[in-house]
Amino acid sequence: MNRTGPAFHDQTWDLSYRHALGETVGRFLGGLADGRLLGRRCPGCSRVLLPARAFCDRCHLDTTDWVDVEPRGELAMFTIVNEPFRNMPTPPYVIAYALLDGADTALLGYLRGVDLTDLAAATTAIRVGLPVRVVFADEPTGRVTDYWFEPA
Amino acid sequence: MTGVAVGIVGVGQTPFVSRRTDVTYPELVREAAVLAMADAGVTMVDVDAVVFPLAPDALIGVGNGERWCVEALGAVGKPFMRVNNGGATGLTAVQTAYLHVASGLFDVVLVAGADRVSESGSAQSVLNKMWDVAYERPYPLNTINMLALSAVRYMHLYGVDERDFARVTVKNRRHAARNPLAHLRTPITEDEVLATRVLSWPIKLGDACPSSTGGAAVVLMSERAAAGRPAAWIRGLGQNCETFWMGDRVGPTAIGDHGDADALAVAFDRAYAMAGVTDPAAQVQAAEVYAPFSSVELHVIEAAGLCAKGTAAGHLADGAFTFDSGTTVVNPSGGVLCTNPIAVTGTVRAAEAALQVLGRAGEHQVPGTDVAIASAIGGDHQFYSTLVVANHLEAIA
Repeated sequence: MNRTGPAFHDQTWDLSYRHALGETVGRFLGGLADGRLLGRRCPGCSRVLLPARAFCDRCHLDTTDWVDVEPRGELAMFTIVNEPFRNMPTPPYVIAYALLDGADTALLGYLRGVDLTDLAAATTAIRVGLPVRVVFADEPTGRVTDYWFEPA
Repeated sequence: MTGVAVGIVGVGQTPFVSRRTDVTYPELVREAAVLAMADAGVTMVDVDAVVFPLAPDALIGVGNGERWCVEALGAVGKPFMRVNNGGATGLTAVQTAYLHVASGLFDVVLVAGADRVSESGSAQSVLNKMWDVAYERPYPLNTINMLALSAVRYMHLYGVDERDFARVTVKNRRHAARNPLAHLRTPITEDEVLATRVLSWPIKLGDACPSSTGGAAVVLMSERAAAGRPAAWIRGLGQNCETFWMGDRVGPTAIGDHGDADALAVAFDRAYAMAGVTDPAAQVQAAEVYAPFSSVELHVIEAAGLCAKGTAAGHLADGAFTFDSGTTVVNPSGGVLCTNPIAVTGTVRAAEAALQVLGRAGEHQVPGTDVAIASAIGGDHQFYSTLVVANHLEAIA
């Protein structure tokens, strides 16, 4: 096919959002600054949801009690990201979920403190069930990245 | 069967490629629509209503892209609906069309759409936006690492390894080589897959679907409107939904494990119950299932009831799920691993399942197919759609 004009039109979406966090999420994020991991207990099924949620998805009830979850537990799943993605951190890094003592759901976080220079060795050192502890940032930012996991 | 019998009587698929610069997005949608209508022997005049599948707008870079495509679909003056169910969109749209006809409201419904995933330049930047703004989005989650997390769980639960995943790619590429419309058609070996670069361990480039451009469409008709046309009768359909939170899919109180596809199994059970399928491994000859990464196909095969949980890798290593294996052939088209135009990937599954029961799948026809299944998955492994089609309306033997 013969082109007789331009082939492309370039555009950029440049949008800024200011998302309302709500009271429950705000208090969870605020707790991180105090080194606390705050879950919410469902009055119906007694599950402790972490990070804190205002309602239980199974019972569809408002959660009631704030529960301090222990800053230790074990790795439930992980992946070692090795590919650079646009506007995302420089690899390699580990994204993990950990089941912490006192919580019924697993918490998302980075796993740090493991040498990632040899990928094969790292995939042996990191495993499902690995005991981990939660480390809190010295200078909290009010974001969910104010903590991370390290091998216990 | 109760109510109005509904069949797929026409399918249309464009070739799937990395880029199309000769057409606009609506023009690509129209290509698929025209192919399906021609296949069904109808024109837009005969179409009562249109269902349009489109997942995130940002992949094509046009807000509410359905507005752009109404003319291309011949939908001016007709009932029209967009469906968005993430990666399940294309199959959920077919289910929506089924409900349109089964309700008795319409006799002829067109489902047509397209995607051009590579046009955004960074599909994973778009897909990163689907997570919770406060709890998850500050982390670099995307569809690759979310399913890498699942693959790690699957490895932990069942003791499989990266070579087991590589075998899935090898099978599907071999199948895609038979399908002239597939995107990735070059055969590959296990060692070659294992040597590809790691994206998000254990997922490597060789375990991953491509970003595909192309269109797909199907025409559904009531038995009355079909008037004797050969049809892939929709005998069963199912849907199910999993919790948004990946962290809620592990631990002692979880309902389903993120390493399995338990919620998909429920969606399959619903479709099987409706269709009267009691032993899928024996009664289904061809399966077109949604699995954008090699690891996913293993737990999807299990969720489809084609083998027990944790056994798909072993069966695959023994030669199952491919042509001449005597088992259900899984993704005879090459599947999502070889072609992933996100909005219509589920529509392709329905179209391919229909072609199989109609005996019109060409080089990738599974001989003797009377019953085929299709499935799709959307969100963070969250939305599930399933379909059972057959080339007859008798009880499924």
